[in-house]
Amino acid sequence: MISQLSWKIGGQQGEGLESTDRIFSTALNRLGYHLYGYRHFSSRIKGGHTNNKIRISTQPIRAISDNLDILVAFDQETIDLNHKELRNGGVVIADAKFDPKLPEGFPAKLYAVPFTAIAEELGTSLMKNMVAVGASTALLDLPVDIIKKVVEEEFGRKGQAVVDKNNAAIQKGFEYLLDISGGPSEEFKLEPGDGTTRLFIIGNEAIGLGAVAAGCRLMSAYPITPASEIMEYLIKKLPKLGGTVVQTEDEIAAVTMAIGANYGGVRTLTASAGPGLSLMMEAIGLSGMTETPVVIVDTMRGGPSTGLPTKQEQSDVNAAIYGTHGEIPKIVLFPSTIEECFYDSVEAFNLADQYQCPVILLTDLQLSLGKQTSEPLDFSRVTIDRGALALEVEPQPENQLFKRYAFSESGVSTRVFPGTKNGIFHSTGVEHDEQGRPSEATTNRKKMMDKRMRKMESVKVTNPIVAISKYDDADILFVGMGSTGGTIEEARKQFEADGLKTNQVMVRLIHPFPGAEVAAQLDKAKKVIVVENNATGQLADLITLHAGGREKIKRMLKYDGNPFLPNELYNDCKELI
Amino acid sequence: MATFKDFRNNIKPNWCPGCGDFSVQAAIQRACANVGYEPEQVAVVSGIGCSGRISGYINAYGFHSIHGRSLPVAQGLKLANRELAVIASGGDGDGFAIGMGHTVHAIRRNIDVTYIVMDNQIYGLTKGQTSPRSASGFKTKSTPTGSIETTLSPLEMALAAGATFVAQSFSTDLKQLTAVIEAGMNHKGFSLINVFSPCVTFNKVNTYEWFKERVVSTDSFDGYDASNKMMAMQKVLETDGMITGIVYQNKEKPSYEQQLPGFQEIGLAKQNITLTKDQFDKLVAEFN
Ligand SMILES: Cc1ncc(C[n+]2csc(CCOP(=O)(O)OP(=O)(O)O)c2C)c(N)n1
Ligand code: SF4
Repeated sequence: MISQLSWKIGGQQGEGLESTDRIFSTALNRLGYHLYGYRHFSSRIKGGHTNNKIRISTQPIRAISDNLDILVAFDQETIDLNHKELRNGGVVIADAKFDPKLPEGFPAKLYAVPFTAIAEELGTSLMKNMVAVGASTALLDLPVDIIKKVVEEEFGRKGQAVVDKNNAAIQKGFEYLLDISGGPSEEFKLEPGDGTTRLFIIGNEAIGLGAVAAGCRLMSAYPITPASEIMEYLIKKLPKLGGTVVQTEDEIAAVTMAIGANYGGVRTLTASAGPGLSLMMEAIGLSGMTETPVVIVDTMRGGPSTGLPTKQEQSDVNAAIYGTHGEIPKIVLFPSTIEECFYDSVEAFNLADQYQCPVILLTDLQLSLGKQTSEPLDFSRVTIDRGALALEVEPQPENQLFKRYAFSESGVSTRVFPGTKNGIFHSTGVEHDEQGRPSEATTNRKKMMDKRMRKMESVKVTNPIVAISKYDDADILFVGMGSTGGTIEEARKQFEADGLKTNQVMVRLIHPFPGAEVAAQLDKAKKVIVVENNATGQLADLITLHAGGREKIKRMLKYDGNPFLPNELYNDCKELI
Repeated sequence: MATFKDFRNNIKPNWCPGCGDFSVQAAIQRACANVGYEPEQVAVVSGIGCSGRISGYINAYGFHSIHGRSLPVAQGLKLANRELAVIASGGDGDGFAIGMGHTVHAIRRNIDVTYIVMDNQIYGLTKGQTSPRSASGFKTKSTPTGSIETTLSPLEMALAAGATFVAQSFSTDLKQLTAVIEAGMNHKGFSLINVFSPCVTFNKVNTYEWFKERVVSTDSFDGYDASNKMMAMQKVLETDGMITGIVYQNKEKPSYEQQLPGFQEIGLAKQNITLTKDQFDKLVAEFN
């Protein structure tokens, strides 16, 4: 019996791999396994090789594995491109139709199953996916009934005949594999899951769910990979709550519409990736200057320019922190787990209202799109704090507007929403006085700039860093952000097995950077390895700037478009130190 | 009830004496009072330019945004609180050059915003460069030998883009200008109002006299029917775009907000945003 394994399904994009994958993994989730998915796709919509890898485990996992136990192939290309990933003794289950071949002497087993033939016999070749699901189920010795139940849920509304046919396909695949393999083998038999069904969710959905819980009721956005799922999720939910999603003409409209709606009093979101973030830059300054909250999600992908639009990268960190001309208060968050995607989405809206400034919520492609099981989301942790806000206002002195930008100690001044009696004020991206009236007076300018920037001094975020800090004298401290957390954790455990003491820090508040908190962690380690998916070491630069440690810090950078793998990271770090 | 005086504030415009924008300011103040709004029920969102300053010169909620972006800000505001009267405004450069993409799509989207363009056929704030509205051959600082681009016709553009309300006026005709703004504010949907608003400092060709000689009111056409798009387009072409009054209005087409599933009469900003535990649990259960 084994406690974890990796399964991959591959074929041509547009062939329905997703539904196969969805049915198989939903069933695994029902059985109580922890799952972590990785989708490899090209930016072509139809055609082109695509594959989906799922790691299945009885223990919590937050990373894909270096190798593969089972490869399900719908064409020879899938075998050619992916067989090297198979571990010694791994298995390929392939459609007999294309006469699958493994290279001579390659140490893996090949089971040719007539996916297409069986499916055609039952009515349509489309069901070849279900035959593959059945065969996989047999290999892992999982109860086939659970799979059939999921099929019923998935196809139920298409009628019982469709359900029956698909389930027949599953049964046939199941039996065929048992037949040719001579029954389930111990090395693929999974220990039973704990029976707890978890949320099985991608980061973008967790962010969308967080937004709904936080009271976000409008979203304006322009489609882009890998952000679009956020708008697709919200358009299903917001109309039921009185709100909507507007697909704008571009990201400049998306962000300025969001600013207008936030000014109007509704928590409004926009989301994009690097190219869209670049277009939003001027408006981010408008939000900062007019002290209008706005939440912007940037799901990072390979840059620069169009870059690697469907690949992993973490290279917009500097753009998120420094982007827009001039100087404004701004907050940048970067969750590193699926659960944090949810909680940080809620927190982003609170921070935006509390500090009346733009909040950028970063994710990376793997965190945004990798489907994984999540621990339960705690609704009691969801609080809505709209910050300094007056719903009713006393009459103003003759000829005076409401002092929307009153000089306050914290720098935060009380907001009113348009429509409020006696609350009329002016709002402008031009430097202004306490009532919002344009002013170029030097003393006012300095006071107003100081007021706005002062807000950054009091930014309070519950966990600016997430530290696993067991040792006061660690040999290595690993620092990362975003989706690399789980991979770092596994690599770190290998170092621990080698007898090294390791700590780990995931930086969650990217700006204003938690320099003191990170410095305290640096002090507890002899060496520091900063792990990030970009070419220059943007996080490492931030650490040296705000926390020091230049002499101890080594950079572990990967920017080929793929996420770090645990063994690979372990081996590369070993070389680095 | 508020009068136009209630829409005045004590901020002195920094426009040049004689600038056409003063009349637009006065007309907006009158139209707001005529429609029956109180100052706090109105929001004026503007772009950047001399004209963009207008949001600060009306006693109402004012949002002076960035160059070319008054429309998306205004649309977001209207979606956030449909109980507000939302006016967007700016110059011809703001709306037809840098902001043109938003103008076309705001027209298509048909959110209930009244958009007033102060069209002086030049860039005022940046001191006299060509605009998409400048005539061919017009000499400016940026076109010293004369503009060689085709002049944009905003009315043709708006009609082609599917506008539900298109009007034009001239800033000396306060009566007509007030009337078309009022009609635009009463229109349920997006209204584009192009206003000839001369720049006395940088445009020595398209002056008050120049416009006065050329504008033709829809009143002067026998049997003009503003609900007839074909007629509207024909008259726009016949008058070389100098037609004034309500050029076209489609009262049948519902606004964007009216068509949104689940959108309620009460402003979204006033609605309760807290989910119940039950609502949350249902949302979570979809991921099991
Ligand atoms: C992004 C950006 N580019 C350029 C400018 C400079 N700018 C300010 S106003 C303006 C054009 C003004 O012309 P118009 O919009 O017709 O308004 P007017 O001043 O004539 O009323 C320009 C180019 C700016 N503020 N922002
Ligand atoms: S420069 Fe022209 S547009 Fe600007 S205020 Fe003066 S007259 Fe008006």
